[in-house]
Amino acid sequence: MFEIFGIPSQALFGQLLIGLINGSFYALLSLGLAVIFGMLNIINFTHGAQYMMGAFVAYLLLQHIGANYWWALILAPIAVGLTGIVMERLFLQHLYKLDHLYGLLLTFGIALIIEGVFRNYYGSSGQPYQVPALLQGGRNLGFMFLPNYRAWVIVFSLVVCISTWFVIERTRLGSYLRAATENPALVRAFGINVPRMITLTYGFGVGLAALAGVMAAPIYNVSPLMGSDLIVVVFAVVVIGGMGSIMGAIVTGFALGVIEGLTKVFFPEASNTVIFVIMAIVLLIRPSGLFGRAA
Amino acid sequence: MRRLFAIAAVGLAALVALFAAGTAHAQYTDGVIRIGVLNDMSGLYADLGGQGSVFAARQAVEDFGAAQKGMKVEVVGADHQNKPDVGSSIARSWIDRDKVDVIVDIPNSGVALAVNEVVREKNKVFLASGPASSDLTGAKCSPNTVHWTYDTWALANGTGKAIVRSGGTTWFFLTADYAFGHALERDTSAVVEANGGKVVGKVRHPLNTNDFSSFLLQAQSSKAKIIGLANAGGDTINSIKQAAEFGIVKGGQNLAGLLVFITDVNSLGLQTAQGLIMTEAWYWDMTDDNRAFARKFSAALGGHYPTMVQAGVYASVLHYLKAVEALKSDADGKAVVDKMKELPTDDPLFGKGTIRADGRKIHDMYLFEVKKPEESKHPWDYYQLRATIPAAEAFRPLKDGGCPLVGG
Amino acid sequence: MDRVADPVAVVRPAVSWSEPVAFVVMTALFVVAPAFVYPVFLMKALCFALFACAFNLLIGYVGLLSFGHALYFGWAGYVSAHAAKVWGLPPEAAIILGTMVAGGLGLVVGALAIRSQGIYFAMITLALAQMMYFFALQAPFTGGEDGIQAVPRGKLFAVFDLADQTTMYFFVLAVFLACFLLIYRVIHSPFGEVLKAIRENEPRAISLGYKTSRYKLLAFVLSATLAGVAGGTKAIVFQLASLTDVHWSMSGEVVLMTLVGGLGTVFGPVAGAFVIVSMENYLAQFGQWVTVIQGVVFVTCVLLFRRGVVGELANLLKIRL
Repeated sequence: MFEIFGIPSQALFGQLLIGLINGSFYALLSLGLAVIFGMLNIINFTHGAQYMMGAFVAYLLLQHIGANYWWALILAPIAVGLTGIVMERLFLQHLYKLDHLYGLLLTFGIALIIEGVFRNYYGSSGQPYQVPALLQGGRNLGFMFLPNYRAWVIVFSLVVCISTWFVIERTRLGSYLRAATENPALVRAFGINVPRMITLTYGFGVGLAALAGVMAAPIYNVSPLMGSDLIVVVFAVVVIGGMGSIMGAIVTGFALGVIEGLTKVFFPEASNTVIFVIMAIVLLIRPSGLFGRAA
Repeated sequence: MRRLFAIAAVGLAALVALFAAGTAHAQYTDGVIRIGVLNDMSGLYADLGGQGSVFAARQAVEDFGAAQKGMKVEVVGADHQNKPDVGSSIARSWIDRDKVDVIVDIPNSGVALAVNEVVREKNKVFLASGPASSDLTGAKCSPNTVHWTYDTWALANGTGKAIVRSGGTTWFFLTADYAFGHALERDTSAVVEANGGKVVGKVRHPLNTNDFSSFLLQAQSSKAKIIGLANAGGDTINSIKQAAEFGIVKGGQNLAGLLVFITDVNSLGLQTAQGLIMTEAWYWDMTDDNRAFARKFSAALGGHYPTMVQAGVYASVLHYLKAVEALKSDADGKAVVDKMKELPTDDPLFGKGTIRADGRKIHDMYLFEVKKPEESKHPWDYYQLRATIPAAEAFRPLKDGGCPLVGG
Repeated sequence: MDRVADPVAVVRPAVSWSEPVAFVVMTALFVVAPAFVYPVFLMKALCFALFACAFNLLIGYVGLLSFGHALYFGWAGYVSAHAAKVWGLPPEAAIILGTMVAGGLGLVVGALAIRSQGIYFAMITLALAQMMYFFALQAPFTGGEDGIQAVPRGKLFAVFDLADQTTMYFFVLAVFLACFLLIYRVIHSPFGEVLKAIRENEPRAISLGYKTSRYKLLAFVLSATLAGVAGGTKAIVFQLASLTDVHWSMSGEVVLMTLVGGLGTVFGPVAGAFVIVSMENYLAQFGQWVTVIQGVVFVTCVLLFRRGVVGELANLLKIRL
């Protein structure tokens, strides 16, 4: 086959596909963050910890009641989403009147607590979690061996991302949400329960993080530290995409996954900094991000 | 007023005399031998050392019979959180304020190197049973330090040589892109090539990478028989887990873990880790003495079994106490270490051995392969022995280390 | 909408008597402290106090939350350590070199970040700091995970041997007091007033003719430089420069210190630094719980205790601190 920059095209297509798979995790996570920020103007620093909780709930469900991966996909986001709702009711709602930075600091503090507690009980080496039986194995695509589970990851994330975007941008419920963020008082005057919508939206965003966690459990190490380093990268993705834009977060997530994948082939040592370099460049040209509305 | 003063002075003098007389038979600094177990209690290496090492130290004190011999020994523990500055501050304040005489464990090479300097400066003792860096008996060797258990040279030599000899002749390295990873890769490549093998490729990944699929793909397409994992901790676990996913072992390639511990195998599970080859200095299921220790350990530590690092803590503390007893003093760190080098070692866990002039403890090393799930008959029954590397070959030759303490 | 800082809504004169008095008390305390408290602990607290004061300049008086301040602290440490160990520079030169590098980094990051407001600003500083963290991890001269070790303390001005703990302590104290006074002077100058105006209402400041981005950039560089002084000094004191000092959790810690002490107060960061360093010291034996307790302190301060220790005290006594 032909070669591009010294890498056989087969290997390149393989890496592109893998980049797309990683991109789906970035997309799912930044989608949750974008929803929460776009709708609520809160920077949810706890997102990484909630992602980790999703993976742990999946692990615990398997350990203690034998509920498998498919159950976890439904139950974990609901469980973690509920904790998010509790968090919002107890803590976050008091901060809406204040500067946004307090919300950031609060969620940062809560992230520390959650991670610390999990670390105390589970140590840091990680818990085993297997790929579900239905999705084990893979098929040889000619240019690479694609594990079935990874194919599932792309497909499922795309479905979740597109449906979320659709609900928010194209349905009536979504329009209420968007209106409520722009002018809560007016929307309340129409009789819509704005505080409840905000709470549920936060819960939904958190649920998305937990969903990403469940999907990560079979392939990444399920440890209390799994969220904390990932979260900074996801923030960079959201900043590049534009903090309020849902479609921006999805597109940027997938795109950056691909770019990172390509960097791993050509210049692997730089693969964890490339996203930040792109962020710096994007911000120089468009300070509100690629798809963002001007702050 | 003056009378009072005079009485006080006499009383004080009497007290001092009494005290001096009372402790004349053994000059332990303030009468107590204080052992400080410093390791990671909350992070990545908490299971490797952690509270288990504190237990091991206490068990060693008990087995030594300190109480019966009239020696007061205390064991304290602290968490260095894998940070060299935290570790060196704790070491410093332990020695300055808490009168700790010997520091034990430290499973993190960066922290170990920092504490090595502090202990040298203050003339205390450092029993390094946790860290990997072979610099501790090389360029940074110190008359106050004994390096127990293992080091990067021994691991590279054990794994590299034994695997090449058993047919794993072509290697591809997956290396963590930082000094430690580079050192592991370099040492192992040298051994592979010296034994007739060939390094067909390598890729460097950033530290704490989540996703190895891209790098594993490159390893797969290299068609090397062995994929050497020159990384540690979470990176190793992720590489192994994802290698299983991509069917690397099923496709005929084997993974060689260059720094893998039994606790990593425990978190991976046998399903994922089966077939992994690695070198360790000690395994709980090899002798009856080991098993007895493991039983006590697991009863105290919620079902966890001891690692080689924790076994090293036990053995080094035991030997240290023997040396202090022979010297009747723990004040001069260098003198104690010299005594430890003079006395041959003999403990239930590592058997007989010696400590060299550069501070390196010499014992056999073992090449293990992780069992398949169906081969494992009881909890933590993870390894089968593939080869024993005799002590004489297991560690870097004395003259090659560049240690200033070694004459010539 | 509440602002991030300046919660003490008391009508006050331009320079109140309480601040100089507090300064004298603080200095006196620090001068006698080494007789009662372990000097190494005090030096650590002083370095962090300076770091927190530098950070507070930005958030308390300009209203900008920099979530990547560890970048300047840590890299100044690396440069100073390298200069002292490998190039053999005397300690004062090493620290100055580290400070200059920190200032340079501040200029670059500031230029990129100043264009954005509020949350975006915080996120950009975080991401850029993370990028430099990865660079520190891989660059050979930083020693990666091991850090730069066995940094010589050297002789200050070729006269004072810093290996002696007491001499070292008083040098650190002198550096701290000098920088503290500098910050105080900046805050209470016309420049400082413009900064406060920008914090209160930037559009209005622009309409008054001030080039606010220049002021913000200058404040940013100043804050980064002073953080660099703290980092360089700490590297010499502990004879070690490591990755911990450039990690984002260090950035989080300085935010915590300033928050606990009191945003926008002059003495708040000092108190906050001492509280947090003491807490970590005491809790080191319970290693696992440190993060949790830090998180709890964060949450409590943000919800209930936004003025911080010094802020509450100042509010209670109706003085300015």
